[in-house]
Amino acid sequence: MESNYNLETRFQERIDREEKIEARDWMPDKYRKTLIRQISQHAHSEIVGMLPEGNWITRAPTLRRKAALLAKVQDEAGHGLYLYSAAETLGATREQMIEDLHTGKAKYSSIFNYPTLAWADMGAIGWLVDGAAIMNQVMLTRTSYGPYARAMVRICKEESFHQRQGYEILLTLCRGSEAQKAMAQDAVNRFWWPSLMMFGPSDKESTNSAQSMKWKIKRKSNDELRQQFIDATVPQAEILGVTLPDPELKWDEESQHYNFGEIDWDEFWRVVKGHGPCNEDRLKARISAHEKGAWVREAAVAYAAKQKEIADQKAISA
Amino acid sequence: MKKNDWPLWEVFIRSKNGLSHKHAGSIHAADADMAIENARDVYTRRQEGVSIWVVPSTSIVASNPDEQTELFDPAENKIYRHPTFYNLPEELNHM
Ligand SMILES: [Fe+2]
Ligand SMILES: [Fe+2]
Repeated sequence: MESNYNLETRFQERIDREEKIEARDWMPDKYRKTLIRQISQHAHSEIVGMLPEGNWITRAPTLRRKAALLAKVQDEAGHGLYLYSAAETLGATREQMIEDLHTGKAKYSSIFNYPTLAWADMGAIGWLVDGAAIMNQVMLTRTSYGPYARAMVRICKEESFHQRQGYEILLTLCRGSEAQKAMAQDAVNRFWWPSLMMFGPSDKESTNSAQSMKWKIKRKSNDELRQQFIDATVPQAEILGVTLPDPELKWDEESQHYNFGEIDWDEFWRVVKGHGPCNEDRLKARISAHEKGAWVREAAVAYAAKQKEIADQKAISA
Repeated sequence: MKKNDWPLWEVFIRSKNGLSHKHAGSIHAADADMAIENARDVYTRRQEGVSIWVVPSTSIVASNPDEQTELFDPAENKIYRHPTFYNLPEELNHM
């Protein structure tokens, strides 16, 4: 039996050589646990993320918008499922993950604890929230764990439609009446800062980051990704003709990046700890959907058992 | 697995005729018919497939990654199985 020290050294060497780790390969316990935590939280975010947008499906202004929003929300359900199965390859069970979400033990992205007050929010979410998610997910297509990386490739292919449909919603509003422009601006004002918070605490505060970078689970730090997002987004805001609610946002010739103001980290931690505007509603909605669906899951199992029994009997009497 | 849990299925998709089925991911479903339908909804929302296979995950027998070296090393030193092993004159194009 090889010592753990040797196994860990060899594991790190594989990572350094850019080899992907697959489900049944040896991996340090901590690597497995970190991935299960990260992938299941990512899955939960996709699932809970359906709620704020689901809120507007019945009130979409045209059939075209409704079909697009419905398809987008359905994609998010798919993303949740790809990710749950990636976590399952590591030995996590679907049931345990869902229970952890419902008891509050597992987190999901805080962005989904903000309410969607107006139709323009569908635009702001597609553009900013999916936009921020894409930054992170593109990086994760190169993550060291094979099944997670493959799920990300699939997801990234689908995300681009999400962002474009959101941007188109805002573009239409911004070229509309004064009231429509104001609605778009208000949505952007509310979603800008929470979107920046999606990248997580700043590198100085982020405790797990160094190890995740060493294992190449992540390849860019929270602050790097946040900066990349801001640099990509500011010119898009100019095309829309909306302002971003940060007086300190300014192009810096020297660094070739935008400077930006201080994020309200108190708000960030408040929402993470469960005190955002919609935390309670979101969990309630998830739990209720799960409980109300229980009879369907049970009936399907009972039907499958019955069909199998009939087939077995036929096989015996034949 | 608890009584009411749906078992896990591995999903293989043929993206178009002429190509092999390729592993796409997995899915939970109570039975095979439902596994096909769920696989369709989850893995082929944009016409990614023309045919789906589902296999109960428990039926897959996999080689052991710890024995990877022993399993595959018989092929390691047989470079004569590759066309580039053979020295032929340059004038002989395209063989
Ligand atoms: Fe997504
Ligand atoms: Fe998305």
